[in-house]
Amino acid sequence: MKLSRLSAITAAALLAASPALADLVFPSLSYRTGAYAASGIPFADGYADYFTLVNERDGGIGGVKARVPECETGYNTEKGVECYESTKGEGDGALLYQPLSTGITYQLIPKVSADGIPMHSMGYGRTSAANGKVFEWVFTYPTNYWAGASVAVKYILNENGGDISGKNIALLYHNSAYGKEPIRTLEELAKKHGFSLTLLPIDAPGQEQKSQWLQIRRERPDYVLFWGWGVMNQVAIQEAANIRYPMENFIGIWWSGAEPDVIPAGAGADGYKALAFFGTGDDWPIFDDIRKYVVDAGKAAGAGDNIGSVGYNRGLYAAMLAVEATKTAQELSGEKNITAAMMRDGMEALEITEEKLTALGLAGFGPTFKVTCANHGGPGLGAIQQWDADAQTWSIITDFVEPDMDVLQPLIDEDSAAYAAENGIEPRSCD
Amino acid sequence: MLYREAGDFKTSYAADGQTFPIAFDRWGYYVAIAVAFLVIPFIIDDYWEKSVLVPVLIYAMAALGLNILTGYCGQLSLGTGGFMAVGAYASYKLMTAFPELNIFFVILLSGGVTAGVGLLFGLPSLRIKGFYLAVATLAAQFFLVWLFNKVPWFYNYSATGQINAPTRTFFGIEVTGPSAAPWATYLFCLLFVFIFAWAARNLTRGRLGRQWMAIRDMDIAAEIIGVNPLMAKLSAFAISSFYIGVAGALFFTVYLGAAEVGEAFGIDKSFLVLFMIIIGGLGSILGSFIGAAFMVLLPVLLKNLFVGGLDWPTDVAAHLQLVISGGLIILFLIVEPHGLAQLWRLLKEKLRLWPFPH
Repeated sequence: MKLSRLSAITAAALLAASPALADLVFPSLSYRTGAYAASGIPFADGYADYFTLVNERDGGIGGVKARVPECETGYNTEKGVECYESTKGEGDGALLYQPLSTGITYQLIPKVSADGIPMHSMGYGRTSAANGKVFEWVFTYPTNYWAGASVAVKYILNENGGDISGKNIALLYHNSAYGKEPIRTLEELAKKHGFSLTLLPIDAPGQEQKSQWLQIRRERPDYVLFWGWGVMNQVAIQEAANIRYPMENFIGIWWSGAEPDVIPAGAGADGYKALAFFGTGDDWPIFDDIRKYVVDAGKAAGAGDNIGSVGYNRGLYAAMLAVEATKTAQELSGEKNITAAMMRDGMEALEITEEKLTALGLAGFGPTFKVTCANHGGPGLGAIQQWDADAQTWSIITDFVEPDMDVLQPLIDEDSAAYAAENGIEPRSCD
Repeated sequence: MLYREAGDFKTSYAADGQTFPIAFDRWGYYVAIAVAFLVIPFIIDDYWEKSVLVPVLIYAMAALGLNILTGYCGQLSLGTGGFMAVGAYASYKLMTAFPELNIFFVILLSGGVTAGVGLLFGLPSLRIKGFYLAVATLAAQFFLVWLFNKVPWFYNYSATGQINAPTRTFFGIEVTGPSAAPWATYLFCLLFVFIFAWAARNLTRGRLGRQWMAIRDMDIAAEIIGVNPLMAKLSAFAISSFYIGVAGALFFTVYLGAAEVGEAFGIDKSFLVLFMIIIGGLGSILGSFIGAAFMVLLPVLLKNLFVGGLDWPTDVAAHLQLVISGGLIILFLIVEPHGLAQLWRLLKEKLRLWPFPH
């Protein structure tokens, strides 16, 4: 009796399927635990809160409610696969995946392409997925790592009057697919601009960086570019402060430039720079709506204490782009209950204009751009933001600038061609 | 009652020495195999394949390998993750260098490569024992992961160090790549695991297995009665690594399809497989399967229960799941230090006597 009841519960738990509702399903593969939780929690909160706002304020997207089932991956690829498989069939089928982990993204690219579900890896993932002719189901707009590397170098060029030959730039990176992404681009840029590139890998999770910083202390590179994530960021910024490395010459990628990364180093982090592809702070009208409809209504995801932080804004931005693509898809197809295939078409036709941003209460929050069939990567615009330790704020100190596409485009073409050849993909023709 | 021995007569040595001496047990085994091969493939979907069955089978394979080394031969190893990485990278290099080579042989050859590497790292076992050997194999773990991250030749000079498994077929049926059908990948893994488990069972009760167990129980005594410790230990390392290499190859090609060495084959993988054999039962073939199923399915089960069933926040569920898994591991080790397989063995003993225990 007892055993049979136990096995019944077991079977029920394994089979547990959520009720089928006609909702628009946007699964959130979040990580609120593990070494990357500090970066993962605000993103997941922002992502969920924006959909809650759209549901509460507008009654959904085009009148259809959005549902965001969350699945904890802990940044682990095996759990990511489990999450993908368990959420893809929810409701009428998942519309979009944003895995927020380079490892899981690589894992899922072939799977989503086979299953016909679009994936949006905003500012991360496989950079060459910008080539929409090969990666039909994968989108990386508005920017990617290679663009980030190029924008950082452009910024350094700008600071040095256009000449950085003979300078020494070090890349301090997470020793994984994520951290290795910009190396190829930086090598090309080093050739073009004549700077020397020092590579300093840090093994995950990244608490142990003493030897790398010893090397930086010895060689004193003119600039340090930093591709870190999670707990590794705080350690690096603390170490930089410890050896008194000039913070204004220490530039992180956008994943290394959020509040949890700099606050632990206190005043030492003052002047640290990071790339950004959207605005910082909570001075936009949309945050009033979020407070009114989501937080005050007690519907905020998580603890509700991340609003306006960089990670939160990134989640919000990702959700906003997803909602806008859904609206585009609804217009294109004339259907309210869109399918994953319609969603893909909507993403490919997405256009973010200044009017749209203003109407959303996000005027000037991010750059305007247009996605096309051939270019899934967007324009790759990036800006530099700087941390003010006294005011505890990030502020954007440059315009959004374009990356050096003369260097990037051949790399994208080469890498995506290699992927197409490896996997027997015939590139689509785009006109 | 259930396990009746009355009327079950053995008339030959072969019959007396068989794996399942009780008729009921034997038939249960046949039925289980028949269900695994003939029923399950027709009813599984993507979720059951990718989240439940294939990982259990592959981890069972790895656990079998480690059980041969640790459970049967008594050589403590923490290098499982590294050896799985060898299997995965060997299969990647073979798949990309010889596209026409059948995936079945790719996986066997990957096992062979891993056996060679395992043999190499088994050499210190001749001089050092126990915890000291564990540290030596730990070095193997870190060295191998470092190597695959450092040398671009292993990942074909790709920009990111990620390796991706191309699509390959077995008898014209896709078994790797994103479009492989669930039944095909499941059956492919099951085929390997079935053959290897059968081989392991017969190895461990044969001459070689007895030598391993003699070394495990008392190496000096074993040497005195004529066991060659060099041969016994190195064969255990080679065969164990062969199994683990095959598991790593299947893990990469069939299950994940893409991998990154630090993330997929880190030290936590070594510990996971070690926990599997400790919980399942050291020195038991069945234990390898039970342990793998326990460690793979419990988190999935708890996740579905907490998040899917009770609608709790995912982070609470994830933390609670760690607590519960850890607690259960401790509980099992206190209640039954010989693992779940021993519990099953005791249950069978009891059922054979039931309802008249003495």
